[in-house]
Amino acid sequence: MNIAVLSGKGGTGKTLLAVNLAAVAESSVYIDCDVEEPNGHLFFKPIQVQAQNMAIKVPVVDDRLCNGCRICVDFCKFNALAYIGDRLKIFEHICHSCGGCLLLCPEYALTEKDKYIGKILRGVSENVTVHTGVLNIGEPSGTPIIKNMMADGEHGRDETVFIDCPPGSACIVMESIKDADYCILVAEPTLFGVHNLDMVWELVKLFNKPHGVILNKCLEADNPAEQFCFKNNISILGKIPFDQELGNLNGNGVVAARANEVYRSLFSSLLQKVIKEVEHETTLDT
Amino acid sequence: MKIAVPVDDKCMPAKVCISLGRAPYFLIYDTEAKESRFIDNHAAASQGGAGIKAAQIVADNNVGALLTPRCGENAAEVIKAANIKIYKTSGVSVTDNIDAFIDGRLAVLTEIHSGFHGRGGE
Repeated sequence: MNIAVLSGKGGTGKTLLAVNLAAVAESSVYIDCDVEEPNGHLFFKPIQVQAQNMAIKVPVVDDRLCNGCRICVDFCKFNALAYIGDRLKIFEHICHSCGGCLLLCPEYALTEKDKYIGKILRGVSENVTVHTGVLNIGEPSGTPIIKNMMADGEHGRDETVFIDCPPGSACIVMESIKDADYCILVAEPTLFGVHNLDMVWELVKLFNKPHGVILNKCLEADNPAEQFCFKNNISILGKIPFDQELGNLNGNGVVAARANEVYRSLFSSLLQKVIKEVEHETTLDT
Repeated sequence: MKIAVPVDDKCMPAKVCISLGRAPYFLIYDTEAKESRFIDNHAAASQGGAGIKAAQIVADNNVGALLTPRCGENAAEVIKAANIKIYKTSGVSVTDNIDAFIDGRLAVLTEIHSGFHGRGGE
């Protein structure tokens, strides 16, 4: 069972939720897809960590074979190639590794080489297997790292997998939720929070993903995000209070559900609610 | 010498376009023949790498200089590889800028930005 946690902006509580849900599950996998700034590992402090370098393929030209026909230049939708001064120029950071230029080159002047863009760290933290995607600074796209983490055959079908998504609703988030059975949208109780909730709500609808909302940082006052859910008939899975103690634990890199019985039961009941929803959706599917 | 300018309009008096990669047209001006020719910038609608493709179009027109208000690093790499000099325009009038270039009053563009990548830089 794959459960993705997402939100339209950073700082709403994706990691807080994904980490603590994974911690209260019997046996789980936590995948940090926020590869530009992965921070789930700061809470889990995994041990027995193994690193796997991640490379993408980029084209290399053999100038002796290239005859300047420009078929590759015209083909590339991202304009990663230019032909200037009788030489092919390749912009590696623009290339999306589709391999099309290689296929089309009539002179076989193009080959591929590995370009390292980051790594995947795998370790263990008590009941949780922790996968962390790390994108090297300056690299434009972490999508290949996420693809690799999601394709990882190690996730057993009986384990609950929690996918901590990057913020927003761009390609990298789409890649993160593609294999999700259920999406949890985390929302803040502000108008800005509503705008961001709307963005990811649109995305999960587009992907036909069953979904529900968890309202974070809840205060006594009116909650625009809650009203948005009522208005649009979006299922509310639960609420996390605006709570200084929770904030302190989280701010100190502590898994709240492991440190405090109150939070263990809070996240356990949230998890039960989520699992019930997922099972309900799966029954509807079949 | 032929020079290229990113422009908003397809006829004189044209205005200098704020963007190089996403400019709708380029003016190719021949300083000896005093002839103007407008060409479409096919790079303008690219989903990415517009600067590279626009620079390729400029280079393919065998110009010796590019007059532009700004230039991204990818485009600059192509332009420089083609041995084209980049000058910074001043104001929006194309004719004023061409005159200034001919009189040697235009400065070489030194600040190359790291690209706006679809955000327009506004």
